[in-house]
Amino acid sequence: MNEKAGVVIIGGGINGVGIAYNLAKKGYTDVVVLEKDYLGSGASGRNGGGIRQQWSTRENIELAIESTKMFEKLHEELDTEFEFIQGGYLVLAFTDEEITQFKKNVKLQNELGLNSVYISPEEAKEIVPKLNILKVKGATFNGTDGIIYPFPVVYGYARAARKMGVDIREHTTVTDIVTDGKEITAVKTDKGIIETDTVVNAAGGWSTEIAKMAGVELPNRPYRHEIMVTEPFAHFLDPMIISFHHGIYFNQAAHGNIVGGIGNPKEYPGINQRASLWFLRTMAKTLVEFIPNFSAVNMIRQWAGLYDTTPDAQPILGEVPEVDRFFQVNGFSGHGFMVSPVVDKVTAELILGETPSMNIDRLKVTRFEGMDLEKEYSVVG
Amino acid sequence: MGCTGPEGEKMTVIVCRCEDITEEDILAAIEDGYCEIEILKRHLRIGMGPCQGKTCISLLERILKRELGTSSDKIGRPTARPPSRQVSFAILAGDDHE
Ligand SMILES: Cc1cc2nc3c(=O)[nH]c(=O)nc-3n(C[C@H](O)[C@H](O)[C@H](O)COP(=O)(O)OP(=O)(O)OC[C@H]3O[C@@H](n4cnc5c(N)ncnc54)[C@H](O)[C@@H]3O)c2cc1C
Ligand code: FES
Repeated sequence: MNEKAGVVIIGGGINGVGIAYNLAKKGYTDVVVLEKDYLGSGASGRNGGGIRQQWSTRENIELAIESTKMFEKLHEELDTEFEFIQGGYLVLAFTDEEITQFKKNVKLQNELGLNSVYISPEEAKEIVPKLNILKVKGATFNGTDGIIYPFPVVYGYARAARKMGVDIREHTTVTDIVTDGKEITAVKTDKGIIETDTVVNAAGGWSTEIAKMAGVELPNRPYRHEIMVTEPFAHFLDPMIISFHHGIYFNQAAHGNIVGGIGNPKEYPGINQRASLWFLRTMAKTLVEFIPNFSAVNMIRQWAGLYDTTPDAQPILGEVPEVDRFFQVNGFSGHGFMVSPVVDKVTAELILGETPSMNIDRLKVTRFEGMDLEKEYSVVG
Repeated sequence: MGCTGPEGEKMTVIVCRCEDITEEDILAAIEDGYCEIEILKRHLRIGMGPCQGKTCISLLERILKRELGTSSDKIGRPTARPPSRQVSFAILAGDDHE
């Protein structure tokens, strides 16, 4: 006899366990979450913990604003401490094109209710006195952005969901999704078969592989992104600092360590989570350029994770045309943690056939069919 | 569990000096269901200090084996993260005449 489940969620990252939690909160617990490694072993346990609402597309801004509000209360709801510190995000402009784009971004952000501001390099220096503004041309700032320690959020969700009766299995790898025409009938794993008609693809950098199992092509590709941490020292930096021009982001975490990453424009797609020397050297050079005092600081650890990147850097949500009840929650392109509260809530509503509290139709995979994409410009790292 | 000092009180056994984590912290975490090294690292920050777990991770391994009675492959081997020694940004940034 095969096992049966109402919903099978593939991936034990923030989104997998977050959706399970949201379903359980609504009283629906016939749910199995499958994770091939340990919970948070994917991008959810490897990211920078940045919570930013300063985006350039309406969808990303709305998702992030609503999610930030939810993060402010989530630790109470989950009874978990995860150090959400709202020290703001300082976004630096280094070119004239960036200035134009940033002013446009702030206008849209303000229209959508965010109190972000466009500021001068001197004003940026007031916020971070140790910042080298020699080449900075302008900046934007929003004080309610911040950072979070991501790992306890994943475990907080998992603990709460398990308590309500959700079955979360680690070290269980999905090997196939069985379909009959347009219907899903089962999920195969290395430990057995689970009969179900509803599957959630929350497999992050592996989501394209998972979709293929059901005969669905997704446009996402996994890209390695590296990140590092320094030894801890006295607190001096409140906001996260980012520059799209350099592809860099860094902040000082609650513990006093500097955490940051920089993107390699030459990275090609693939499942690669190894650390590189290119990253170390480029990160060090750029950090010292931004904050000269950093030259005396010791780096203690570097690691890497996968960005699951779509052509327009916006997530893929909702159902797909080819297969019924195959829900996508992937393609987060390096910012899936900060939008997860809303995304997971809305996905749970869609699964249960309720009217979603936010319309996500424009984020369905079908948007790529005509391919006139409104691209998110504000991707970093 | 733990050692007893001269006055008969429990002595605190520090396992990770860099992050100030005691054996009691570890036992409490195991009790809460954090049973793999990679997970304990992220949960307690054990092994994440300036020495990068050179001394504490093998102690942690032993505690896990003792408490759970499992083999090393079940509790997982932590990934060794570079650099193997801490190094300053000045040195990493180096000069450009390589
Ligand atoms: C270096 C780095 C920095 C980042 N910084 C930020 C940031 O500052 N802010 C932010 O919001 N986001 C950031 N992100 C992005 C963010 O981490 C991700 O978007 C988010 O964690 C995605 O969560 P997820 O649950 O969708 O996927 P993941 O956490 O990747 O989880 C997917 C899970 O699926 C599992 N899986 C895969 N295949 C199978 C299978 N066949 N069977 C069973 N399980 C399977 C994997 O093991 C994995 O645990 C960053 C990412 C990286 C890599
Ligand atoms: S003793 Fe644990 S990290 Fe140094």
